[in-house]
Amino acid sequence: MPVLESRGLVARCRAGDDDAWRELVERHARYVHAIAVRAYGLQPADAEDVFQETFARAYEHLDRLRDDDAIGAWIGQVSRRLALARVRARARESPAGTDGLPERAEPDRRLERLDEALTVHAAMAALADPCREVLDRFFARDESYATIGAALGIPPGTVASRISRCVRRLREKFVGRNAPSARS
Amino acid sequence: MDSGTVPSETELAELISELPPAPAGWVRAAVELPRLRRELDRLAALCMADADVRAHTLADLERALRDAGLRATPVAVRLARERLQ
Repeated sequence: MPVLESRGLVARCRAGDDDAWRELVERHARYVHAIAVRAYGLQPADAEDVFQETFARAYEHLDRLRDDDAIGAWIGQVSRRLALARVRARARESPAGTDGLPERAEPDRRLERLDEALTVHAAMAALADPCREVLDRFFARDESYATIGAALGIPPGTVASRISRCVRRLREKFVGRNAPSARS
Repeated sequence: MDSGTVPSETELAELISELPPAPAGWVRAAVELPRLRRELDRLAALCMADADVRAHTLADLERALRDAGLRATPVAVRLARERLQ
């Protein structure tokens, strides 16, 4: 996954700054959620347990991190391990035994895809606010032109052209550098 | 997506959609962890001082968490049990 600067944020969390903890959770929440739901296909209750347990462990582990900038990688690793454990536990409980266990290659391929998505989201974060928001609302939140238009105070017809323009701007971020291969 | 090539606009759109927001309630519960820890410290002090309070609290941890304005997720209940027992 792409490494975002986290040193200062983790230090603030460690010092008891609740706003910093909120920012850290919000920064990693989509990835942890996607690992549980998309990569490992967990049902909502199991996925939420993995999500909450990941952040509970992260919170408890703050004082023992060797590299604060590695918090994102650490969170990803913990969530993958917890999700896989949950998949295996469910497979053991199932009368069909391991029939419910996804093929090993499938989560790996999905995880690679999520890492690519993280890289794209990191590039999006470098766009100006109007672009970042319209792309997130349309593609990630699946909002309609009408909903986006109402939220941003622009005509629905303008939303479509803005999305098109913003995707082009996002693509320009990748020109001259490697495409999102993401792992670091 | 091939490494070393510039992704198409379609690929970018698909990759953006791979990371939708996590459910708001999940995020809220995770954000509350520092407050959960402080609340458990407070409850632990009360439980230490009064055996009846301890028994009452341990008998229904979910309610104790909800009374404190916290979301009683299974993980929060486990943390409470570990802290208070």
